[in-house]
Amino acid sequence: MFENLSLLGLQQYWWAIVSLLGALLVFLLFVQGGQTLIYTVAKNESERKVIVNLLGRKWELTFTTLVTFGGAFFASFPLFYSTSFGGAYWVWMAILFAFIVQAVSYEYRTKANNFLGQKTFEIFLVVNGILAPVLLGAAVSTFFTGSMFSVNLENIVLTNPNSLTISSWETPFHGLEAVWTIKNLAFLQNISLGLAVFFLSRVLAVQYFQHQIDNEAIQSRLKKQLSINAILLLVFFLFWFIRLLFLDGFAVNAETKEVFMEANKYFNNLIQMPVVLIIILLGVVGVLWGLFLNLFKKSMNGIFFTGAGTVLTVFGLFLIAGYNNTSFYPSTFDLQSSLTIENASSSKYTLTAMSYVSLLVPFVLAYIVYVWNKMDASKISETELMQDSHTY
Amino acid sequence: MESIDWSLINWSRGQFALTAIYHWLFVPLTLGITFIIAIMETIYVKTQDSKWKEITRFWMTLFAINFVIGAATGIIMEFEFGTNWSNYSWFVGDIFGAPLAIEGIMAFFMESTFIVIMIFGWNKVNQKFHLLSTWLVAIGSNLSALWILVANGWMQNPAGMKFNPETMRNEMISFWEVLFNPVAVNKFIHTIMSSYIVAAVFVAGISAWYLLKNRDIIMAKRSIIVASIFGLAASFATILTGDESARAVAKYQPMKLAAMEGLYQGSQNAPLVAIGLFGKPDPEFLNKEEFAMKIEIPNALSYLAFLNPNAFVPGVADLVHGNEKHNIPSYQERIDKGKISIDALAAFKKAKKEGNEAEVQKQLKLFEDNFEHFGYGYYFGKDPHMLVPNVKLSFYSFHIMVILGGFFILLFSLLVYFMYKNKLPKMKWLLWTAVWTIPLAWLASEAGWLVAEVGRQPWVIQDLMPNLAAVSRLDASVVQTTFFLFMAIFTVLLIAEIRIMLSKIKEGSQH
Repeated sequence: MFENLSLLGLQQYWWAIVSLLGALLVFLLFVQGGQTLIYTVAKNESERKVIVNLLGRKWELTFTTLVTFGGAFFASFPLFYSTSFGGAYWVWMAILFAFIVQAVSYEYRTKANNFLGQKTFEIFLVVNGILAPVLLGAAVSTFFTGSMFSVNLENIVLTNPNSLTISSWETPFHGLEAVWTIKNLAFLQNISLGLAVFFLSRVLAVQYFQHQIDNEAIQSRLKKQLSINAILLLVFFLFWFIRLLFLDGFAVNAETKEVFMEANKYFNNLIQMPVVLIIILLGVVGVLWGLFLNLFKKSMNGIFFTGAGTVLTVFGLFLIAGYNNTSFYPSTFDLQSSLTIENASSSKYTLTAMSYVSLLVPFVLAYIVYVWNKMDASKISETELMQDSHTY
Repeated sequence: MESIDWSLINWSRGQFALTAIYHWLFVPLTLGITFIIAIMETIYVKTQDSKWKEITRFWMTLFAINFVIGAATGIIMEFEFGTNWSNYSWFVGDIFGAPLAIEGIMAFFMESTFIVIMIFGWNKVNQKFHLLSTWLVAIGSNLSALWILVANGWMQNPAGMKFNPETMRNEMISFWEVLFNPVAVNKFIHTIMSSYIVAAVFVAGISAWYLLKNRDIIMAKRSIIVASIFGLAASFATILTGDESARAVAKYQPMKLAAMEGLYQGSQNAPLVAIGLFGKPDPEFLNKEEFAMKIEIPNALSYLAFLNPNAFVPGVADLVHGNEKHNIPSYQERIDKGKISIDALAAFKKAKKEGNEAEVQKQLKLFEDNFEHFGYGYYFGKDPHMLVPNVKLSFYSFHIMVILGGFFILLFSLLVYFMYKNKLPKMKWLLWTAVWTIPLAWLASEAGWLVAEVGRQPWVIQDLMPNLAAVSRLDASVVQTTFFLFMAIFTVLLIAEIRIMLSKIKEGSQH
């Protein structure tokens, strides 16, 4: 089946898979958003227990999606793995540290003799809740604004061992410079997307809480939080998105594979790929409709629309970063080092083999949805937690 | 040689070793205890004896405490291939990335989805679905071990691939050869079986403590029965696969075998050193053995390695200096041929750019003829002894692992026997032995990985890529910083984990 696809077809298929995983990851960052709200929407230990236990049954999905996103990127576009992870070292390390402290915090938070105390593990949750969306958002923004690196595959045959590295980061800050790069005001763009993803994660969390928590006091605080975070989300996202449409983008000459700057490249991508335009529009409308439902109607079902809208929007944004002869990981240091889905991908054989593995994804999604429904069939309350022997 | 940044390479190795060692403190327990819990829950569902449910839930609580820190340390491992070994990520990413992605799609999601039902779903789903979830967590965690060990096995014995000079990397040509790589298959079974032993020792040891304290008696007795039988079965499987692994090492990584056995001078009818202690370092390195004392089993190493007591087993000196009689090239010869291969690849690329097709073909042939020595070429102009791993560490790790493996069989056998005779609660010495064996199980498990990883140094991919060619170009101080950050955070979390675990054990099953 997949053998009949061309190499480019497989590369596009895998870019779609990676984009989908990235989109699902952004949606699942609602766990992180929720972690930043544990002192805001919960005012006592009993309320906090409700919030933490609700999130604690979902954190592993976000964690696993991040790991799978990384694995899928490695398998399909290893040159990105090599270049970005080895180069933007500090950014990825900061993200990893944020996830290390999160992984233990739910389980250890209220356990006796936990060494660091409950408060510390809660701070770990808040730290993860802030760092993960902000850093991931800023890192994804560099897919559009570029980074300072160079790639030379032939370095592997050099005789000087210190020059063997094929991908080199060309600043000593290893990725941190993304938040202060003045050229083309890249820092504004990167910080904006980081903050947009941060407030999006909080919006999603608030709406998920509204749907799942049976507690009036918490519910009343959630409504206020939704308004504040929704406004901030829209401000930062719209700034980032509208500016993106007017940016010079990193285009690839289809014939020569040369990378060059094209005015309004990402706007052009939307126009030239109407399906992607529709996906993004549907996504944005979905998010807005979800917000409208919970803010102005009595419905608590906004999460379904905001969640689906988030997945569609992020999916579409990844597609305009990689499709239509665009460099998905551009280099501002050396344009010709920029990574594209063609020059960074695995071989045809590997992509074909992995494509068969990707057929498992619908089954995986199906059992996740099934289990999710089982666990979330009823709302969570303090009473339920008192009856449960294993709580966080 | 002065130009190599050994500080960067060694700190990068150190960081990977540190994270791997910490990660492996938690993984074997997860791999084994999930099956022990699944067996216990199956008995509960079959018998409807609520005591079995209580037992299941107790061990599940300890599992959960361990599981999360395994996840915390595991995420680092995957990303470190990119952050610290970026050349490696491109050079073999076409092959190595696939198992990691499959691990995520096939195993991690299964594990992370059904663990929620397993831990929190007792009142939300019916008994059978809960039981199924518990089994799926056990299968999921072991499936993740399969894929990561396929990846590791491939590093030890690269199979199913071909170097593509156009893309300057190795590319997969047979997924099945990668999956069914004999090293990977053995490694997977040996690793999970030995992990089952760790979990069995853990369960049996804690249960023994309850018997000594004369509390939670029913839980302790039942747990010891399940754990000891499980551990005994796993021990025999570990021996069988260990035996197979030794032959695979002899075939694909002879230097590792020589290091494991402290064999400097090869011989026919090679004896196996059952117990040995190294003496002072030999000033005439490689020319004579370094043992201060040793107890040998005649012919056993030849038999173990080649199923033939008369077979020749090469020692470190044979591999470094070569052995004409046994057709073993010296490392210097291999370095020279590797250099030819690397230079031919560079010349191939140059000729390709110039459009000189005749030269392209000539260089390609030269490259391919010498490709099996490719990685050695990076040591051109350097001392071939740099290709010898740390013999003492390999030797001691190997022997600690084997000796403890034998001890575990004895322990499980005694536990089963005295339990069968209904005398175990009175056998205080045996119960204390079981308690104090818990850390030894971890020691054996970590020692196993030390053998596997130290013994193959300096190869990141056997014979193809040494660590000096695989490392990311960072300042050594950057890696030092993250090394100490990892060390600090993992140590703190480990202390927290142990304290919480001890607290829960003291509480027992009634809480």
